[in-house]
Amino acid sequence: MATVLERVTKVVVDRLGVDESEVKVEASFREDLGADSLDVVELVMELEDEFDMEISDEDAEKIATVGDAISYIEGKVS
Amino acid sequence: MGKLDGKTAVVTGASRGIGRAIALQLAAEGANVVVNFSGSEQKANEVVTEVQNLGSQAIAVQANISDSESVQQLMNAAIEQFGTIDILVNNAGITRDNLLMRMKEDEWDDVINTNLKGVFLCTKAVTRQMMKQRAGRIINISSIVGVMGNAGQANYVAAKAGVIGLTKTTARELASRNILVNAIAPGFITTEMTDALPEDVKSTMLSQIPLAKLGSSEDVAKAVVFLASDDASYMTGQTLHIDGGMYM
Repeated sequence: MATVLERVTKVVVDRLGVDESEVKVEASFREDLGADSLDVVELVMELEDEFDMEISDEDAEKIATVGDAISYIEGKVS
Repeated sequence: MGKLDGKTAVVTGASRGIGRAIALQLAAEGANVVVNFSGSEQKANEVVTEVQNLGSQAIAVQANISDSESVQQLMNAAIEQFGTIDILVNNAGITRDNLLMRMKEDEWDDVINTNLKGVFLCTKAVTRQMMKQRAGRIINISSIVGVMGNAGQANYVAAKAGVIGLTKTTARELASRNILVNAIAPGFITTEMTDALPEDVKSTMLSQIPLAKLGSSEDVAKAVVFLASDDASYMTGQTLHIDGGMYM
């Protein structure tokens, strides 16, 4: 079973077309990974599908970095 | 072969008038149609039967488009039945005409909620699906009065002008995802609404129309088919005026 980090990384790489090595925990989707605001919305949609969960708009607004996404998902899954 | 074979269209307010004509014209080009209605279930079921007679599939779904939960249920029903939503036609609208000075707050609110907020809610609700598909067409039915103004219709005109602005913004936001958003501004179209007008009002109207006749619901519906088809793949954020030249 892939870890949350691995699964998030795969979604980010697929969605944003960045290299896997760029997807660090502290990386900001918008500032470091070149995402625009619509990309971030789509990224959240794909994370919802990948982890079979719903992320409310309020929560989604707080997800700015790879680490934010991982800790949000881990907080929901466990 | 139709221009819209295998596509799924959601048409709001499709049980009567222009919406009904749009549903049938889309079906004639091969699209499956979700016939939304608010009150007239029997009329909606008749449209479903007519669509089926044209060889396409259809379902009738009751929904109040000014309520986000109701809108979500509408779109869920569409996805459940057909798997995709390729075309959204925001057609549903109401009128509560009154002079500005006499217009009650609830007359204003009702029209804005259905005719403008309803377009926002339906658009928002299909965006996720269309973004995933990397394709979609949204066609908003505005009105000539949204461009020219009309005495006695402050609420309706404000909503219809708002729809044109919403069309442009949605077009800009979603262009990168290949979701094209356009509006149609019908002029005077023969419907139950215009049939009810007195003769002298009708003749005054006709004198302002260069083509000197009222339009038909089919005239509007054919423009919808165009905007929904591959023929319009390089157009977004535009308003087509189907009004016999009344506004130019």
